[in-house]
Amino acid sequence: MRLKLLTKVLAVAAIAFPLTTAVADAYELVIPATVYRTGPYAPNGIPFANGYGDYYRMLNERDGGIEGVKIKYLECETAYNTKQGVECYENTKGEGPSGALAYQPLSTGITYQLIPKASADKIPVFSMGYGRTSAANGKVFPYIFNFPATYWDQASVFVKYIGEKEGGMDKLKGKKIALVYHNSAYGKEPIRTLEELSKKHGFDLQLLAVDHPGQEQKATWLQVRRKKPDWVMMWGWGVMNQVAIKEAASIRFPMDRFIGVWWSGSENDVLPAGEAAHGYLSGAFHAAGDNFRAHDDIKRHVYDKGNGGGDRDRIGEVLYNRGLVAAMWTAEAIRTAMRIHNTKEVTGEHVRDGFEALNVDAKRLAVLGLEGFTYPVKITCENHQGPGKVALQQWDAKEKKWNFASDFYTPDADVVGKLIAEDSANYAAENNITPRTCN
Amino acid sequence: MFYREAGQFKTSYRADQGILTIVQDRFVIGAFAFVAFCVVPFFINDYWANAILIHVLVYVLAALGLNILTGYCGQVSLGTGGFMAVGAYASYKLITAFPEMNFIVAILMSGGITAAVGVVFGLPSLRIKGFYLAVATLAAQFFLVWVFNKFGWFFNYSPTGMIVSPPREVFGFLVTGPQASPEARYLFCLSFVVVFALAAKNIVRGRVGRSWMAIRDMDIAAELIGIRPLEAKLTAFAVSSFYIGVAGALYFNVWLGSAEPTEAFDINQSFFVLFIIIIGGLGSILGSFLGAAFMVLVPITLKTVMVDGFGFAVGAAKHAEVMLLGTLIILFLIVEPHGLARLWQILKEKLRRWPFPY
Repeated sequence: MRLKLLTKVLAVAAIAFPLTTAVADAYELVIPATVYRTGPYAPNGIPFANGYGDYYRMLNERDGGIEGVKIKYLECETAYNTKQGVECYENTKGEGPSGALAYQPLSTGITYQLIPKASADKIPVFSMGYGRTSAANGKVFPYIFNFPATYWDQASVFVKYIGEKEGGMDKLKGKKIALVYHNSAYGKEPIRTLEELSKKHGFDLQLLAVDHPGQEQKATWLQVRRKKPDWVMMWGWGVMNQVAIKEAASIRFPMDRFIGVWWSGSENDVLPAGEAAHGYLSGAFHAAGDNFRAHDDIKRHVYDKGNGGGDRDRIGEVLYNRGLVAAMWTAEAIRTAMRIHNTKEVTGEHVRDGFEALNVDAKRLAVLGLEGFTYPVKITCENHQGPGKVALQQWDAKEKKWNFASDFYTPDADVVGKLIAEDSANYAAENNITPRTCN
Repeated sequence: MFYREAGQFKTSYRADQGILTIVQDRFVIGAFAFVAFCVVPFFINDYWANAILIHVLVYVLAALGLNILTGYCGQVSLGTGGFMAVGAYASYKLITAFPEMNFIVAILMSGGITAAVGVVFGLPSLRIKGFYLAVATLAAQFFLVWVFNKFGWFFNYSPTGMIVSPPREVFGFLVTGPQASPEARYLFCLSFVVVFALAAKNIVRGRVGRSWMAIRDMDIAAELIGIRPLEAKLTAFAVSSFYIGVAGALYFNVWLGSAEPTEAFDINQSFFVLFIIIIGGLGSILGSFLGAAFMVLVPITLKTVMVDGFGFAVGAAKHAEVMLLGTLIILFLIVEPHGLARLWQILKEKLRRWPFPY
């Protein structure tokens, strides 16, 4: 009796959920996504996944895919857990005749897992602005791309911004800058760069770690209150961001001196603090809002037909747009691969070449309906991190809107470039990799 | 009918002391071993190796270790994740500091280092018991993870604190790194698990194992009949940590290939291994195998059925999976509180009487 009920429930559920119908006849472009719609990082994982998926769905509906070849977009839930990421990767990498064409892990842990594996399987990993920073060196990491800018670029840009606000880089001497970071590989990424920069500019760096998942930060902010830093930077993710901004508000830390990494600057992070979050800064490499032509296309071709990944009114949130821009660059890389290899049946290896020849300039952005959405990106065989430019965006709590607070800065190439060369050389030595030559 | 020992006589003490005294048992286990060693490697691919088989094998080894401590010696431990981290970091330091060292030796040595750490954290067990000991081992869990996250020496001062396993060979076959074939890595882990499971089976049947069980069943009585709690408890901690250390080294080097302490070795890891032995059966070697297989395979099966079979959205499937797994665990523990190993035992009893039960 109970069993019957259970089967009924299961059957109803199976019908109620949208069936992903896949016709395996034609050649399809398989793009898996390791998403996290559950777990402590879901509030940030969901909008990204929606934006990432919606763009591909829109391409399928509007253009019939990329250059007429349908995209098969496959989600796999990881809950931000590395072990489940491994399962997802192995499960999806051989899908269809094309195999997986590119991965967007959206987790530093999973990216580190995939760097050696995907390189061996010849599938590009596009860890957009996260993951291993030294993967910027395309000679050592031929299959890993982390453009448009890295954490180290960002750290350097934040210091530049602070210098500008203080009235010149020489004014940084003796200033106190605190870094509140997620105590994991992700949060530790900027430390070395900031240490180098603190030596160079003479500011005092204070490191404050917050343990996973980051709900408990009273002690951290008590320290901020005691040490009275002039500026606070934050490398946070998930619930940690919201808590940090609320705590900062509760000790009345000036929000316009509190800068988050671009993963700490979405609507989810600032809304819980309400008015108090007004003026909070974060890094950015693309615009917020849904006033671009691509968004209209998504609404018309995807949401009007009821195929959207999420809620219609959340289109254009910062993380949604980040997923969208990631999908856009991936799709453009596949398009480039089709062009240079002169085939519609591309493989992971082709797409890698597509990424290395990627050139999305202002004109191309306009064609894509994303004019002024982000800056032009050009990737080469050596340089997988792109231009590395970062701007700062500021939260307007009254309008509930992110606005650009600065132009795009270029990072301190002397410091960052040296660190990348050093770290990638270490990786190459540890793993017996001979750096390839680029011509 | 098929499973009956009638007519099988033991004519020597040796035969009487065998692990598998019934011919049918020997046959089944032999067949399993044959399939695992000689058939599976021909069919294995990356998915089966990485997502399922090596995953299960690593947890079998960790569960064997925890079963020795908790199941056989009765000392509750929540420090498994921390001890696995010791094994992983010890192996990382050994193989990066001495690149020419034999990989098997490095793994065994990291087990030894973990055993030493385990003994140190086992010292409180001489004075405190039960839940209080669980809290003391919980401290080990947090302390060890903190150490590996804090001090750069342990992760060779990499900028992120992430450790990455370099490629290493065993008998000319790569077993770590991305180029290692799934066959080699699977067989490597399987050999470790088989040897260690046999060793565990024999240890727990011998004098040492009996002294552990005596301590578990009633420590005062055990002391009165001449078992020294100091020796018994600390050997249990040492042997258990040795197993868990080796499991941690395999987990990091052969399975994951890279790890960071806060995620790969967090408290959930400790709970996961504890659930394995509770579901599988406390104080049972077979239970470690069954429990690990259950805890690893059921979520993956549920996911595959829901997402690929019924076409659920992935987020919904994950929520359903968590609920279903929880329900299944509760159901199992109600039906058989002594775990899957006991269920198997009952099945064997039934099988002996089949088809004429009385």
